[in-house]
Amino acid sequence: MQQSPIVEIEHVSFGYDASRPVLRDVSVSIPRGSVVGIMGQSGCGKTTLLRIIAAAYRPSAGRARVLGALTTELDREGLFAMRRRMGMLFQFGALFTDLSVYENVAFPLREHARLPEELLHDLVMMKLQAVGLRGAAHLMPTELSGGMARRVALARCIALDPQLILYDEPFTGLDPISFGVIVRLIRNLNDSLGATSIIVTHDVQEALGVVDYVYFMAAGKVIAQGRPEEVRASGEPFVNQFVNGRPDGPVPFHYPAPQYGADLELAA
Amino acid sequence: MILGNLVAALRARLEALGGTVTSAVWRLGFAARFLAYLVMHSGTAFRRFRLTTAEIYFAGVLSLIIILVSGLFVGMVLALQGYTTLQRYGAAESLGVLVALSLVRELGPVVAGLLFASRAGSAITAEIGLMKTTEQLSAMEMMAVDPIARVVAPRFWGGVISMPLLAALFSAMGVFGGYLIGVQLIGVDAGAFWSQMQAAVDLREDILNGVIKSVVFGIAVTWISVFEGYDAPPTAEGVSRATTRTVVTSSLAILALDFILTALMFTGGNGK
Repeated sequence: MQQSPIVEIEHVSFGYDASRPVLRDVSVSIPRGSVVGIMGQSGCGKTTLLRIIAAAYRPSAGRARVLGALTTELDREGLFAMRRRMGMLFQFGALFTDLSVYENVAFPLREHARLPEELLHDLVMMKLQAVGLRGAAHLMPTELSGGMARRVALARCIALDPQLILYDEPFTGLDPISFGVIVRLIRNLNDSLGATSIIVTHDVQEALGVVDYVYFMAAGKVIAQGRPEEVRASGEPFVNQFVNGRPDGPVPFHYPAPQYGADLELAA
Repeated sequence: MILGNLVAALRARLEALGGTVTSAVWRLGFAARFLAYLVMHSGTAFRRFRLTTAEIYFAGVLSLIIILVSGLFVGMVLALQGYTTLQRYGAAESLGVLVALSLVRELGPVVAGLLFASRAGSAITAEIGLMKTTEQLSAMEMMAVDPIARVVAPRFWGGVISMPLLAALFSAMGVFGGYLIGVQLIGVDAGAFWSQMQAAVDLREDILNGVIKSVVFGIAVTWISVFEGYDAPPTAEGVSRATTRTVVTSSLAILALDFILTALMFTGGNGK
């Protein structure tokens, strides 16, 4: 018997106000245990889609079924119960700056589980060991590099052993080594925890190396999807331009403007 | 034609005024709902009182220096000014009464409130605003932790508990400053200074009313501070504006509330 998908987005539309739709009739299905990428240009609605999945926003049309529940039907208690089963990594980590690395990772455990201090210590150390930062437990977030902060945030995000991990632009502003570390961690954690991961990113090449399946979005719509090798070989002009990073194509290099000659006041 | 333009211009003005008033009322309503939600979700702040204690330390203990030093100087100035005036009427022994009543009834709660707003209120707004800007509040929300219960409520109660204590310390320090100048420097009789003060200052009439004032100011300032921080646009400019607004709004609120409370407490119904 095939398991039902862990996330099922059906014909979802959403706009912050009625005149500007950000998502238009988006359907996405994420199978359990997979690592799925959602890619597209800045402003294409991919982060909004992630927030719909996290039930931070409610779709204005369509249905979002996450971890077996319709997000529109959840009350606050139900929403918090659902979020206890998911983890989210924010773009810049969003570590609590007034808490040490250790306390940051301990935070979700302290809030949701009454554990004896020794057990809590062991759990935190195991999570930090998984991201290679056990030695940094005593540091404050301001003392960490960008890559380390991202790894601590990852340790915090897996503290409650989530079934679903959401990554919002996890690679932004990382050096190549930190980049490689994060990419590997995403894959390894996903497989060892038996979780499902959704990565929203525009770092295509690197992300294509780690995901099982990818959705491409443009202007609030899913315009292409497939396995990484299918996407690389895709003849679709937008996907081709995006994957290969060509400056001109279906997405023009120039912002719409009047005739160049007219702006320079050249005689016709 | 001219009349038409005039009507249109007037109408635009009127609409702008209406818009400002409506948005101000809307914001006030939002702030009131925020306060109601905060109070209803204050369980964590009291169940895990350590969270609130930490905020009492930040808002209260770290404000001690500025409060104590200001209190001392205000008391010293009161004694100097009061002495020159009282002496003209041969009532220099009443200096203690003048210093104590001014401080306990008015200056203690008001000046301590103003200092508290600029020292602690601004810090609360900036901290909450920055936590919002750096997505720390969203992260908390995603971890199924209510940021209002976990972050805002402890700060609110920390401030509300700290403020009356700070005002009391301010007054005590002011009385001591008055004693230093009046008795030690100018030479007013110490016995008269203290005994007249003891006889004139009434526990219910003066001290309790002063405490009520400081509690009200504490609630107002901390409410404004946490609300401005939570409502700040998540940008550097937004947080800086919110911090400024906290200090300005809190100060005005303290002065306006002080007038209202004074009118209610010291003039109504008691024949004075």
